[in-house]
Amino acid sequence: MAGLGQAAPMPHDHSDHPHALLPSEPALRVKALETILVRKGLIDPAALDEIIDTYQNKIGPQNGARVVARAWSDPVFKAALLADADTVLAELGYYGRQGEHMVVVENTPEQHNMVVCTLCSCYPWPLLGIPPGWYKSDAYRARAVRAPRAVLAEFGVTLPAETSVRVWDSTAEVRYLVLPMRPAGTDAMEEEDLLALVSRDSMIGTALAALPAAALPPTTAPPTTNGAQT
Amino acid sequence: MSDCLTHSAPDSVFLEPWHAQVFALTVHLNEAGRFSWAQWVERFSETLRRHGLDRQLDGGADYFNAWLETLEAIPAEAGNASAQEVERVRRDWEEAYLGTPHGDPVRLSAR
Repeated sequence: MAGLGQAAPMPHDHSDHPHALLPSEPALRVKALETILVRKGLIDPAALDEIIDTYQNKIGPQNGARVVARAWSDPVFKAALLADADTVLAELGYYGRQGEHMVVVENTPEQHNMVVCTLCSCYPWPLLGIPPGWYKSDAYRARAVRAPRAVLAEFGVTLPAETSVRVWDSTAEVRYLVLPMRPAGTDAMEEEDLLALVSRDSMIGTALAALPAAALPPTTAPPTTNGAQT
Repeated sequence: MSDCLTHSAPDSVFLEPWHAQVFALTVHLNEAGRFSWAQWVERFSETLRRHGLDRQLDGGADYFNAWLETLEAIPAEAGNASAQEVERVRRDWEEAYLGTPHGDPVRLSAR
């Protein structure tokens, strides 16, 4: 991001504009607010850059996937994670900024867990990064609690009738991570290989962990080398 | 809704640069002690509720418009950036863009 009082030219496809491309109205309001607060010494532009860089480039669902893959591979770790997530996650360095009070909920054949924030968009940033647009939409926030199976169906997830669905409503105080069930046919897989099976959505509860490539029928196997579908 | 099965192709974290900027401003002001995150959640959820009364919010641009509206009110109430001041500096930025030849960096003239 450019510093105060100087902005890089906007990306542009045309050459017939006599002046720099005008940012959108809200973009100009944000620039104005930032300019005023920097002038008054209330914010540090370098800190803003660091925050943006962190969430654009460094923190994302790969952190949560590592926790899940380890829980699948290490029963002692899993027990500790379910009993006291904050302590375990702090030891891994996955804490702070909206990850201070974490609860990990385990999917089982009897219970599937799903996470929502009906108030706004509370989400475990240190483990999953910034929430996707659909997590912030009214369609998801309003319906996840009321009709979780219908929402799951829209994500392509159909659960057995005997599996109950529990929806956890995040708040500013408590955030949740779903520990998906380890897929069948992965007993021989190492922790590093399991990572590719753990999607962001599976840790929100709107997907199941992916099947390994070896377990997929040949006609549906994706044309990738790591078995990951995108 | 997304049916993406892995995290190998995540959605864009921020759809537009100003979404990232208003997010970072909020986190920074929170960490500087200007408000608690619980206070932020209370105010932001109220804005979302109000904006969603007559239409469905899609979680995209409308979400960050609500975010910006919520954030603007906080320094305004604290006397740090009034609506008039924001509007004046917004106009300064607009004039700076319109007065800068295409391709040149846009600079805000001194107050």
